[in-house]
Amino acid sequence: MPDANNSIVIENLLKQFGDFVAVDRINLEIRKGEVFGFLGPNGAGKSTTIRMLCGLLTPTSGHAQVAGYDVAREPESVRQNIGYMSQKFSLYNDLKVIENIRLFAGLYSVPSNQLSERIEWALGMANLKGRENLITATLPGGWKQRLALGCAVLHKPPVVFLDEPTSGVDPISRRQFWDLIHHMAEEGVTVFVTTHYMEEAEYCNRLALIFRGKIVALGTPSELKQKSMKGELLLVECQPLGNAVEVLQSAPDVMDAAVFGNALHLVVRDATAAIPQVKKYLSDRSITVGRVEKIHPSLEDVFVSLTTASDSGKEWEA
Amino acid sequence: MTEQPQSAIIAEGLTKGFPGVRAVDHLSFDVSSGEIFGLVGPDGAGKTTTLRMLAGIMPPDAGVASVAGFNVAHDPEGAKHQLSYMPQRFGLYEDLTVDENIRFYADLFGVRKAEREERSTQLLQAAGMREFRKRLAGKLSGGMKQKLGLVCALIHRPKVILLDEPTTGVDPVSRRDFWRILYELASEGVAILTSTAYLDEAERCHRVALLHQGKLLFCDTPANLKAKLGKSVLSITSSKPRGLRDELEHAMGISSLVLTGDGLHVVVDDAARRIPEFEARLNSAHVPFDTIQQVTPTIEDLFVDAVSSGASVHA
Repeated sequence: MPDANNSIVIENLLKQFGDFVAVDRINLEIRKGEVFGFLGPNGAGKSTTIRMLCGLLTPTSGHAQVAGYDVAREPESVRQNIGYMSQKFSLYNDLKVIENIRLFAGLYSVPSNQLSERIEWALGMANLKGRENLITATLPGGWKQRLALGCAVLHKPPVVFLDEPTSGVDPISRRQFWDLIHHMAEEGVTVFVTTHYMEEAEYCNRLALIFRGKIVALGTPSELKQKSMKGELLLVECQPLGNAVEVLQSAPDVMDAAVFGNALHLVVRDATAAIPQVKKYLSDRSITVGRVEKIHPSLEDVFVSLTTASDSGKEWEA
Repeated sequence: MTEQPQSAIIAEGLTKGFPGVRAVDHLSFDVSSGEIFGLVGPDGAGKTTTLRMLAGIMPPDAGVASVAGFNVAHDPEGAKHQLSYMPQRFGLYEDLTVDENIRFYADLFGVRKAEREERSTQLLQAAGMREFRKRLAGKLSGGMKQKLGLVCALIHRPKVILLDEPTTGVDPVSRRDFWRILYELASEGVAILTSTAYLDEAERCHRVALLHQGKLLFCDTPANLKAKLGKSVLSITSSKPRGLRDELEHAMGISSLVLTGDGLHVVVDDAARRIPEFEARLNSAHVPFDTIQQVTPTIEDLFVDAVSSGASVHA
């Protein structure tokens, strides 16, 4: 029997479309009240996984339980116990604030005796009291996205799925939004976030990275930054950058080289050993070298490293 | 056309209002040949309006836009031959193949066949898309579509390119391909103006204009921008970030504090002084934490600091 503290349990979950294995026997346990981030490049199996978790797509084999319900056998119950929000598609822009709330209350079958209390709650949470009659399209981004969240959780679901919830929102509104999310999580709501943006991933308690249908990394943001890189990262200031990238790509012990603004990012096996080697290698080839130093990888560096290292980025777009 | 142009793109006091809102407010900056310049800010900051004015498809209420030495208002045709503008939704024909889309744009721009072949092979190679030439554009992933849009926009070798949020919705791997192409173009002397709502992407540009509500907050290189913060940033990790926040929320010297997934991101006046203070405070309150580290400020730290301190946001 599954652990009662887990709100999403995924066991050997597999989805095949013909010969193509979109999701390849993945396993995950997500605790109640956890803010969990699910990352992966386009076509890696992210959307397929989420569709299965939301009860919209039947797994080929394996199991997944969401809020205690089996996604294959009880998809209806799963759907009644989740909320879903995406920054882009959730709200009807030409409806008033209150009309959007009523619409979602209807869609999620909020019982009529709870309706007025839930509407009040959503308006309060989104800070839209007194603004019920504004047309949604005219709201600033940060307000709109809080309204979308309010609409997605009107029926008090124990599990909420968020798809790039704060993309394009200004940083101050984004920080407020994530405070709201962490507050919900503290009250026991499980939050499952999918995103391409590492700025959003930093707000998650734990992250999983899916690539070619498999989970290739799992941990807290700082664990991933410390442990998941295949190699260490160097910042190299040099001129001209274009030539430097070319020669470094074929240099010994350099796993990857890329231009990053006014400098290069280099992935090497051992940063301390590589620093003098890189300096010499470049100056031997008449490239002017400035600062060369070890830097801490960002989540994006980790992401790119894990999703390109296995095959140098070729032909994964199947 | 009076003097030899120093800058490939010049915005001088550009201003545009819509009913009830001043979308762009006296915006001035310039971009040199070979430079990648980022217009960075949240939705509604005025990025798209600025690009449209520079592309000559929206007249400014005031100010001057010039591109490759041509005043966009006086000589729109001259400017258009030198420039390529890629809007957020680039007009790809989904029922045409990759090759056919490229050919269509090449014809539109009057690119000769031999030239087209050479150029498209080179661009598709750089985009990592050579094996997709026969695929329908509608069957490409989001990242591939954006790269194809860029290939089409570059087929006539423009001297100036204007890109409106080209990497929105694109995963980090495709995004990196995209930037690799931009760096190559820049090294060939093309001036690139690109917008993004993602402050972390600003770090990839040579120079950045940070926009907020139509106004220029800052304009400088990412390194100089970070130095402008004039404050230190600490990262404190803990398995119980909420407890950390409750304890440190009202501590001295903090100007901003954000709860992240596994800790706190804190902007302080003086790291050397605050780190031991915070350690002592957390220890005596028995709040568990792993490490307190000073980290490099991000562009987001600067943005939040500027906006929330209500600092004068005039250029």
